[in-house]
Amino acid sequence: MDETTAVKPEFDYGVFSYASKEEMLEKSKEYWNPGKTQFWLDSGVPLVIDRREEYFIYDMSGKRLIDAHLNGGTYNLGHRNNEVVQAVTMAMQHFDIGNHHFPSLARTALAEALVKSAPAGLNKVMYGSGGGEAIDIALKTARHATQKRKIVSIIKAYHGHTGLAVGTGDDRFSKLFLSDRPEEFPHVPFNDLVAMEDALRGRDVAAVIMETIPATYGFPLPDPGYLQAVKALCEKYDALYIADEVQTGFMRTGELWGISKTGVTPDIMVLGKGISGGMYPIAAVLASDKVAGWLTEDGFGHISTFGGAELGCIAALKTLEICSRPETRSIVHYIADYVGSRLREIQALYPDWFIGIRQHGVIFGLEFAHPQGAKYVMKHLYENGVWAIFSTLDPRVLQYKPGVLLKPEVAEELLDRTELAIGRAWAEVKSL
Amino acid sequence: MSEMTLEPLMVEPAGVPRGRAMVERADWAGRSYARYDAATVNRIVEAAANALAKHAQEFAAQAVAETGFGVVEHKVIKNLGCSTGILETYRGHNYVSPEIDEANKIVSIPRPAGVILALTPSTNPVATVAFKILLALMTRNAIIISPHPMAKKVCADAARVMAKAAVAAGAPDGVIQIVDDPSIPLINALMTDERVDVIVATGGTPVVRSAYRSGNPAIGVGPGNVPVLVDDTADIAKTAERIIDSKAFDNSILCTNESVVIAQDAIADKLLAAFVREGAYILKTEEVEAIRKVVFPGGHFNAKLVGKDATIIADLAGIRVPAKTRVLVAPFDLVVPEEPLAHEKLLPVLGFVRVPTARRGVDVARAVLRITGSGHSAAIHSTNPSLIMTFSAAVPVLRVSVNVGNSLGASGFQTHLPPSMTIGTGFFGRSSVGENLQPKHLVNYTRLAYNSDVREVMPSFVGLNPWTSPTGPVPEYPLASNEQQFIETHNVRTPLTSDVAELRDEIRRLIVEELKELMKG
Repeated sequence: MDETTAVKPEFDYGVFSYASKEEMLEKSKEYWNPGKTQFWLDSGVPLVIDRREEYFIYDMSGKRLIDAHLNGGTYNLGHRNNEVVQAVTMAMQHFDIGNHHFPSLARTALAEALVKSAPAGLNKVMYGSGGGEAIDIALKTARHATQKRKIVSIIKAYHGHTGLAVGTGDDRFSKLFLSDRPEEFPHVPFNDLVAMEDALRGRDVAAVIMETIPATYGFPLPDPGYLQAVKALCEKYDALYIADEVQTGFMRTGELWGISKTGVTPDIMVLGKGISGGMYPIAAVLASDKVAGWLTEDGFGHISTFGGAELGCIAALKTLEICSRPETRSIVHYIADYVGSRLREIQALYPDWFIGIRQHGVIFGLEFAHPQGAKYVMKHLYENGVWAIFSTLDPRVLQYKPGVLLKPEVAEELLDRTELAIGRAWAEVKSL
Repeated sequence: MSEMTLEPLMVEPAGVPRGRAMVERADWAGRSYARYDAATVNRIVEAAANALAKHAQEFAAQAVAETGFGVVEHKVIKNLGCSTGILETYRGHNYVSPEIDEANKIVSIPRPAGVILALTPSTNPVATVAFKILLALMTRNAIIISPHPMAKKVCADAARVMAKAAVAAGAPDGVIQIVDDPSIPLINALMTDERVDVIVATGGTPVVRSAYRSGNPAIGVGPGNVPVLVDDTADIAKTAERIIDSKAFDNSILCTNESVVIAQDAIADKLLAAFVREGAYILKTEEVEAIRKVVFPGGHFNAKLVGKDATIIADLAGIRVPAKTRVLVAPFDLVVPEEPLAHEKLLPVLGFVRVPTARRGVDVARAVLRITGSGHSAAIHSTNPSLIMTFSAAVPVLRVSVNVGNSLGASGFQTHLPPSMTIGTGFFGRSSVGENLQPKHLVNYTRLAYNSDVREVMPSFVGLNPWTSPTGPVPEYPLASNEQQFIETHNVRTPLTSDVAELRDEIRRLIVEELKELMKG
């Protein structure tokens, strides 16, 4: 082809290109996921993330959004965090995914770093390639250790979509694939210790799995003392306590691990999402020696080619180091303080609409007085340059998750935009 | 080990990202601190100054041990002067509250710089750290200290003691931070970081020049090379005592220490004799040559001898001097660039030049300052106001100490100049500040200016204060919002300090009690 006459596509990404956003969306429906693609078009959020940096994402149209969803904390340190990018880029000169059969340089290094930073007693690390697989590993480990099968979780819990994990969650995701197994996965109401004790009383439960704050349910906060009491019940009835820290780990609560703040020492802890700065998929399970016996009995018991990929380990090592800095902890406390007080000011403007703020650190669930309230707020936030998502399992509640390294001026801008969007959503809902 | 190819891709040396994190933290801290009221600021300044003063002796000894130079008892004086001394000097000053000028219909609202990056020297390590921290605190700025590597440990200890006291008194977390491992790439990264609002650089010329090149606002001060003129009207005994005390102070490692004495012939011998009575040793011609070789080997100043005792230097030059010798006086003839002894000497060797007339002495003082020290300081010992005026109007410096040792004279500890560890060298010395560094240099004012038309009346602004006092630790410790409510309903005492361990213990105790009740039921 004559290069001088070739028309350069508008969206050229090197190895692929699109002529327009419309073409891209058509192909997304045709070749990828028609349901999901259409859902966002119908929701008033026609977002196709193109450029991304720090806490900003840009739609293909060039529209800039402040990311206050972070894909569940995946982009906790911002998009393409410079330090993580440098660490992974450097590592690619020497490492690849690695070979799961053998002792591994990077897996061992990350395991040591995680154990040293984790609540006391968690001293073995197992890897998955994502949060769902890590949950499966945690559940299998609990079953092996206790030789019991039942796993208790919370109604409206969400721990992922893999084989076992999906059983712990809402029916919506298990029944679709004929994967619901209520006899093995009893669900109890959140913050209900009587129901929890009833579920455990038979001593046939391998483990209780708890998100430290249930994310997809809109971050309802555990009552003070609830998690401690669940842990005590686990001890009483010989069940293990699995802390799902996928959305509460890595400084999101203002301490490295959300569970540490409760004083509960879990038997197993699951990490994902924010673990690797959003640069390389990896997830991890930490367990005490006492429950991680299968690693000695049959070290090949769980195999994952991509689980613990060495490039991911290096991304995670850097992420862990950044999150562990005293500066980061201080900054998170400032952000939590600032965003919390600004949101309370906004709440005072719309007390009949913006009816609740659930906050722990930089984790926020914002409650609105309409069964689908958060969907309206999400749409107006999008129109006003902020990306935050409604809670799938409680669409009254908006998940609002600022990053742990948010700069003060971006935080101010985020709240200015948020105030406007909440007001406009209220006007729309009132006019319905 | 296998062949590693990682090194060339290392874009940033370790420590640089951590430095950036410090700037980010300082940015948050500074924004909070900029809203504090005067009473709280005073309490914080007082706490930080007193905390340092309590350790004045310990840090003086630690600084001498770590750097290998200076005099412990003199450093104690400087440490006190730069902590409680600064506190007293500026007691009653206010860089926080709005000022009302009714006649001109102008209200001035103090606005801090934000984030100060302070570079501090090895020669006055703790004193400079304390000084800059207190100035930052008085003006509601956050400060990051990058200490000289030779004194990094003692500086870090000193800064942390002050930071802890400041935060306990209500200051925002992170308002004082210090770099533990300073390096050139880290300092460059900090200096060029656009979140830094002003750099206050004290140190060698290269550091000061790079501060100015950084693109950020900077206050840098250059080196000194202090000429001292003594004429035939001076009180010789007192002059000798002042000069030798000053030159011996902290073994002459201050930039304000005397460099060359210029004595009128008529009193020169008398002055030398008086120097001897004060503990100086007058070097003979061949001994002067030996000192040149030791102090300026190959024509370059031997930095290893900075702040060493006079007896040690004499010993190295093979000169026998009395054990109590505090200063070595080195007579020479001509102040020219190729004469090493006419250059700045941060050790107790004092140049000595004779001049036939006082008028000729003024020219020699100018010659000393042509070598280095423009904009810095000079001293004169005389009772002749006409000469003092002629001298002061001729030398290219911004302070002339009269009948006082220059060490503590130019720095304001024995004169009524603002006491300072940072001597602004102004336009003569290529600096943005010509005064001794003081709090006012770290604050700007928003001026609210009314229409000058007499018909437009300015209402009263008396009693309007835009600043507030924090009600607890800043930032607040992030408890879950329902825990926060729990605290409120259970009347848990909230400590003012940012130390949350206490609070969390209390909450845990209450929760355990409630749980016990719950489990019973």
